[in-house]
Amino acid sequence: MTTAIEFNNISKQYRLGLVSTKTLSHDLKRWWTVNVRRKEDPYLKIGETNDRSAKGDSDYVWALKDIDFKVEQGDVVGIIGKNGAGKSTLLKLLSRVTGPTTGTIKARGRIGSLLEVGTGFHQEMTGRENIYMNGAILGMTKAEITRKLDEIVDFSGCERYIDTPVKRYSSGMMVRLGFAVAAHLDPEILVVDEVLAVGDAEFQKKAIGKMQDVSQGEGRTVLFVSHNMASIKNLCKSGVLLENGMIKTMGTIDDVVAEYMSANLAEIGDVSEVTEFTRISAQTKEVEVVSLKRQSPYKMDSLQDIVLTARVKRNGNVSSFQFTTLIDNVANGGTRVGMAYSDVIAWPEGKDEAEFEVRIPHHHLTKGKYILDVWTGIGDATSSCKYYDAVYDTLTFEVEAIGDKLINEWYSYWGESVYPLQVTVV
Amino acid sequence: MNHNQEPQWTTVIKPKNKLFEVDLKELWRYRDLIALFIKRNIITQYKQTVLGPVWFVVQPALTVIMFMIVFGGIAGIPTDGVPRPLFYLAGTCMWNYFSECLNKTSNTFVTNSSIFGKVYFPRLSMPIADVLSNLLRFGIQFGFFILIYVIYAIIGDSGASVNWYALLFPVLVLMLAGLALGFGILISSMTTKYRDLQVLFSFIVQLWMYATPIVYPLSQTKGMRWMGVPVHKLMCLNPVTPVIETFKYGFLGCGDFVGWRWLIYSFLFMVLLLVVGIVVFNKVQKSFMDTV
Repeated sequence: MTTAIEFNNISKQYRLGLVSTKTLSHDLKRWWTVNVRRKEDPYLKIGETNDRSAKGDSDYVWALKDIDFKVEQGDVVGIIGKNGAGKSTLLKLLSRVTGPTTGTIKARGRIGSLLEVGTGFHQEMTGRENIYMNGAILGMTKAEITRKLDEIVDFSGCERYIDTPVKRYSSGMMVRLGFAVAAHLDPEILVVDEVLAVGDAEFQKKAIGKMQDVSQGEGRTVLFVSHNMASIKNLCKSGVLLENGMIKTMGTIDDVVAEYMSANLAEIGDVSEVTEFTRISAQTKEVEVVSLKRQSPYKMDSLQDIVLTARVKRNGNVSSFQFTTLIDNVANGGTRVGMAYSDVIAWPEGKDEAEFEVRIPHHHLTKGKYILDVWTGIGDATSSCKYYDAVYDTLTFEVEAIGDKLINEWYSYWGESVYPLQVTVV
Repeated sequence: MNHNQEPQWTTVIKPKNKLFEVDLKELWRYRDLIALFIKRNIITQYKQTVLGPVWFVVQPALTVIMFMIVFGGIAGIPTDGVPRPLFYLAGTCMWNYFSECLNKTSNTFVTNSSIFGKVYFPRLSMPIADVLSNLLRFGIQFGFFILIYVIYAIIGDSGASVNWYALLFPVLVLMLAGLALGFGILISSMTTKYRDLQVLFSFIVQLWMYATPIVYPLSQTKGMRWMGVPVHKLMCLNPVTPVIETFKYGFLGCGDFVGWRWLIYSFLFMVLLLVVGIVVFNKVQKSFMDTV
């Protein structure tokens, strides 16, 4: 295996606050110590790690500190972490938008960076002119773009508007056009920042498909930053988890995502109503989940029913469907506890949107925090299934008692269920 | 011992560039981008205006009329026996090109920070494209000058006579472009962090025109002395002066030729300025995103 990218002790320091006379005095002092007295930069030492919520004394922070890793050629690496963990800074360094404070990055091959879709688009220029402009900014030559023009236009699906100024485009079309150009850039190393989060489901599917082609079919190296764990898991083989500008974990994508999720989910509290959802991969949405509301209390006992109302919308001509609910254990990084199918429900006559009460009786879950996923579809474990919609990490609840007795003691190795046990003397 | 040789690293990203590590080869690889920037600058400049490029002519025409009233009429400054419109137009044409280029290039980092923040390409391609795309505007204004010139020649009372020095025209334009680019990128590199300098520089550029013989002939300063030094010589230290004077001498035949010495001084000044400008610009471009 050849190493495609090598990060050697990369650190990046930023100065906080405004540019003022203090900046000037720091600059002068830095210049004096480094250039005249030939000593080390005094401000490089005092930076603190980048914990945004904690108050620090120093004006300088390390957005990245001692980042050290290698990426093999053809690998697709997902970079994950909370906001401000240093993900975007890392990509910025790699795409040479800004330089590192210390350390070096070495790479083999052309680096194409996609920190934004449609960089350099000019409102007054036509789609075609903008394809050339954007392509050239991303490092393509004119001849290369001309060769791929038909493909790009085709991929974007904006053929009809191609000779119209882009100010007449919808925002979705701009994104399509921008991504189409970027997708046909053929760098050996592709750096992508969250660009897939835009556009409609159909386009996202197309974009993810293209990214998969690029990485798997063509053996290119991809570094991918996203908050969408589903698309990260879908695309990447390995992952890097950043926390406060430092690498926390590195390894297979499943391990890294699991660690991130467990750290992240631990912070989730009482969620009783959800109207915006995380969806994994594109769904047909013939029966679409619009909103979920929990009717049962947040703190409950293992004998109580979990009750929620689900508002769903019909897109198309579905006459019947089923609900599926899945319960994940928050403490274990979202490991699945179990799932359940409803009976087949006939779609209420003459309605396009309807509300249903969804009830999970006899769950017998033990002490812990749980989070629900809700799917719609047709078919169940006894037949073949087809899914219409799937929303993840929605309502939460916490079990803390059996009946009216609080659970005092429970260890995770005891499992997730405190099922009833009946013993009689025979 | 190193079996199974791995291919060479093609990109190495380091904290600091070496002082003279300017990648001109890379700039050449991005020549298509420069061409596209030029095209973009030109086609977007007058989109959705009714008069379009006519504005290129209206602006110097109005300036010349203003100069005729203020400097010719009220102040009564002579124009070396050349008709006033021709004299002012010649100066305005050249000066406009210089100041336009300087204005554009000196704001390179600030105006393009959004695009520079998203993608890497040789930053130098932006100011270069600015200087080149301004040539169109200059060409039209120069054409306007020639038109007025011909009209005067037909009427017959021109008093202006073209001579062989007019052949230096391409070199003069190149020198103006080089000076503007050099100053511009130097200013833009210095202003990314401390915007105070931006205010200062825009003020200096305004005054600079009066230190250049645009609204008065250089011959006017003959015999004047300042602290024992001939003012004429001080004026020529301004690297734009020999360029403008040579242009006027070549096309209008007014005044005296400043002499090859001064012209070569200007040229060398431009070369040195460009080198310094590019080196500084190159150093700043690496981390300006953190300060802009």
